[in-house]
Amino acid sequence: MQAMLAARDLACRRGERLLFRGLSLSLSRGEACHVAGPNGIGKTSLIRILAGLLRPFHGSVESRASIALLDERHALDPQVPLERALAFWSELDGSGASLMAAHRERLGLAELADVPVRYLSTGQRKRAALARLLGQRAPVWLLDEPLNGLDTAGTELVETLIAEHRAAGGTCVVASHQPIKLVEATRLKITDFAA
Amino acid sequence: MIGRLLLRDLALLMPGGRRGGALLPLLFFLAVAMLYPFAVGPDAPLLARTGGGVIWVAALLAAILPLDRLVAPDLDEGVFDQLAVRGVAEELAIAVRMLAHWLSFAPLLLLAALPAAALLGLERETLRTVLLGLLAGTPGLAAIGVLIAALTASLRSGAALSGLLLIPLSVPILIFGAGALARPDGGGLAFAAAISLLLVAVTPFAAGAAVRAAREE
Repeated sequence: MQAMLAARDLACRRGERLLFRGLSLSLSRGEACHVAGPNGIGKTSLIRILAGLLRPFHGSVESRASIALLDERHALDPQVPLERALAFWSELDGSGASLMAAHRERLGLAELADVPVRYLSTGQRKRAALARLLGQRAPVWLLDEPLNGLDTAGTELVETLIAEHRAAGGTCVVASHQPIKLVEATRLKITDFAA
Repeated sequence: MIGRLLLRDLALLMPGGRRGGALLPLLFFLAVAMLYPFAVGPDAPLLARTGGGVIWVAALLAAILPLDRLVAPDLDEGVFDQLAVRGVAEELAIAVRMLAHWLSFAPLLLLAALPAAALLGLERETLRTVLLGLLAGTPGLAAIGVLIAALTASLRSGAALSGLLLIPLSVPILIFGAGALARPDGGGLAFAAAISLLLVAVTPFAAGAAVRAAREE
């Protein structure tokens, strides 16, 4: 089967430091990869390289499908009510308002539609960013620390969402230092590729 | 898609907008025009002769105020990253931002130039030259503003630095735009418009590159 996301012989340099090298990765439909490792080892850098936001020091990334990115920065305007902040992205992604309302409901944000984003808690913001991710309907998910700030129920919800996404033929790269339940996922320890 | 980007930018930048404070430059502009007669005294011919230049300087200073709201918040919030993942080029996002920035200050500035001209006792002919000059020069000011905002967005003291950077870069527009007041043959205005055009054409690429470079840090 053809890989939806493939990275070949990646190396990443930040400043004068080589974080990792010789890292290759290939994910087909329904597959997932858990990128693990301690802080500062280059998980976020790897995600950003896969998303095409950071140039790798060496190697190449190929993606055959559109990419959705979830990271620590939620890209939701702080002064704008949650519903409008999410509507900007869902309109850009061409998914309807009713679909976004359903995603908000699913993520437990139904009551918060009129609340400006800056009044939301860390966990609620993370849930809002997940709603944006779902609305994008991209086959490749790149999640950087998706569990940060979430409670137990939120953690389980993320695990369910990932499972559903994979069942629908999507693929997913999760970078997390926390344990996350992913069925039959490859586990990539960046420490193995440390320079 | 361009329409959606523009709507969001306008909602953030326009007076009464979400990012707030857009009326401040305007009030600042009027305040300078009001203070100047107090400072030089009630000498009507002197005011009428120098008033046009004062309006230009006030407009330039007013253009500095909103710079820190133009690019930095979106860079911090990861909006440019999310746009890039969706295949929206930084250049396009910046071009739209430039248009929104111009719309948020220039039309109101032109309107505010009328009461300012009355405060300074400008002649009708001078006012006409000032307005045409501002119309030709403000797109350039907007372009410089966005460019500097993008270049300094990832710096710690970016806001203070951007004001300092804007002043020398806007000197050409000021020389030709305000120079048209002394020699009303239209040549100055044409030069100011030409500089504006050049800046508007270059800024999306330069500022787009700056936004991409900020990611590497």
